[in-house]
Amino acid sequence: MSERIRATAGWVAIGLAVLVPPYYLDEFWLRLGFSVAAAGVGAIGLTLLTGTAGQLSLAHAFFLGVGAVTYCVLAAPSDGDRVGLGLPTPVAAVAGAVLAGLAGLAFSPIAARLRHIYLGIASIALVLIGQHVLNVAAPLTGGFNGRRTPGLVGDTVTVIAQVPFGEYEKLWYIGGTALVLAAAFARNLVAGRVGRALILVRDSEPAAAAVGIPVQSYKALAFVLSSMYAGLAGVLYAVAIGSVAPQSFALDVSVLYLVMIVIGGLGSVGGAIAGAAVVTALPVLLQEYAADLPFLAEPGSGGITASHAARYAFGIAVIAVVLVRARGLNGLRLRQTPPGSIHEPSPPPARRRGDHRRHPERVQRESQHTELRPDR
Amino acid sequence: MTRLLSIVLTGLSTGSIYALVALGFVLLYKAAGVVNFAHGSLLLLGAYVTARTWETVGFPAAVALGVLTGAGAGLVVQRLLADPMRDAAPVALAIMTIGVDIVLGTELSRRMGPDIVVLGHPWGGAAVRLGEVAVPANRVIALGVAALIIAAFLLAFRFTGWGVAMRAAAEDPEAAALVGVRVRRVVTTSWVLAGGLAVVAGIFLAGSPTPGLSPAVGLVALRALPAAILGGLDSTTGALVGGLIVGVAESLAAGYQDELAVFGRGSGEVVPYIVMIAVLLVRPAGLFGTRAAGRV
Repeated sequence: MSERIRATAGWVAIGLAVLVPPYYLDEFWLRLGFSVAAAGVGAIGLTLLTGTAGQLSLAHAFFLGVGAVTYCVLAAPSDGDRVGLGLPTPVAAVAGAVLAGLAGLAFSPIAARLRHIYLGIASIALVLIGQHVLNVAAPLTGGFNGRRTPGLVGDTVTVIAQVPFGEYEKLWYIGGTALVLAAAFARNLVAGRVGRALILVRDSEPAAAAVGIPVQSYKALAFVLSSMYAGLAGVLYAVAIGSVAPQSFALDVSVLYLVMIVIGGLGSVGGAIAGAAVVTALPVLLQEYAADLPFLAEPGSGGITASHAARYAFGIAVIAVVLVRARGLNGLRLRQTPPGSIHEPSPPPARRRGDHRRHPERVQRESQHTELRPDR
Repeated sequence: MTRLLSIVLTGLSTGSIYALVALGFVLLYKAAGVVNFAHGSLLLLGAYVTARTWETVGFPAAVALGVLTGAGAGLVVQRLLADPMRDAAPVALAIMTIGVDIVLGTELSRRMGPDIVVLGHPWGGAAVRLGEVAVPANRVIALGVAALIIAAFLLAFRFTGWGVAMRAAAEDPEAAALVGVRVRRVVTTSWVLAGGLAVVAGIFLAGSPTPGLSPAVGLVALRALPAAILGGLDSTTGALVGGLIVGVAESLAAGYQDELAVFGRGSGEVVPYIVMIAVLLVRPAGLFGTRAAGRV
């Protein structure tokens, strides 16, 4: 099949996957789909930063929180003790993404200077400071108990082809559209000039600097982009769960986003979406079908509940993925080239601790080997 | 004045516990290049074993059991998971420990449930009076034990064969291996020691003035991370100084929270992180850390 036909077929499939389900699925699945889309947008943002640019960040929950709170403050009607501007919801949603990006920009002087692991830890700081602000700034955030999220669409019902389109059908379309746009933008970015620069920054900063890539600016760019994705994801997430409270943006959430992109394959946009689907849907589905699963206990009984089972699965999946892939492909370079790219694999990374055990040629051969996939 | 003195004393004692946890982070980072995000879970695991066994075997034996469990868990993680991927990038190793933390943390918090488990410290909630200042005895003992352990480590680094091997392996694993240092053994030892150290810290953390052991105690490892970072991840002195800075800063913010009311209640919890960001802005590798070569 030629490249063009395949691409067209892909778009048709995506279009059908977004358009058709509301005609057949009920509210439970539509809500779940919307949650998956929200998480997918956020996971794409994190995979750009951690997978493509190689910056480990645990600050994602913070930027989700910035987006969500901004949306609430702008879209909610003003009442007694909560600030609300009552702006149209699309404006508020876009503003949520923009403000999260600005927050990322404000942190990027720190983010761009720190390497790998230092950034990972410094980014935890943002989440905990964010938790504190969420708890304290009650007029904006509702404090410990949080505040209700204004709905993204009204609850008017439109009937098309004898199928009533209510809030959840509309949210499905909004989530689906946002996810497709976010994924398309990320794929183009990664396959293009910026993506190649980011990958070189990840693999070797000195090499990147030597070919004239402004390393600090590109790291800052990745950070800002990723936080904008997180901001948009935060808006959708807040709409999906219906309220904004500190515990919805705790460190745990950052960790789950990391789980999504790791089990999906770091740096892969499609993988990020798949990871988001698994991580979001697994606890919900286990809960839904808990009665049919003999190994699951009721919450509060001290046994293994659906959420415990899901978390064990996530933890084990992360360990397994890292363990299996790190052995063959030397660490984070889980993907040699961005998906869809026709370019040569990037050069082997600078010698790291312990690299003497691997002959450079062998590493090179292994990485070429991964290119020989049947679908290329 | 009395108030300031009491705040600083409390801060120093908390800080010494943070320093113990931070020392574990530094040991692992130096020897194996791992930032261990499962540290909090190891701490919790050992303290949990102590909490479950002290009634039957007595407190000293329970402490020994807890510390051994922590050390053993470190050994298991190293042998089963960290060693097979020792060539991987530090970030991949860190992600692996996050996976361990998810599994272990979930299991422990499931077992503990919402209850607070008491550890049965023989000194209980007694307080030591120094003039007009009262400090919980638990914290005074913690300060003493932490000082002893840290001093022992600093001496061992300098004067024992193990310490020299450790420093050599941290400096340049390749050269160390060439002159006969068994790098793998050094790495294993540091996992074991880090696990044990975390549990010692955990046992003191679950004592007065904290009511007992709950999953929240594991979060303390997250507060010791800034301590390790602001001191410099590859510096033992840094861990000590960082721990004390974080402890005192936190205690000052908690002690003067009425004066700091503009920042809202409970700002003590975020102070370690604000201090860390301030330090990192000026020195990206921490106060005592070595600057990475090849900066661009």
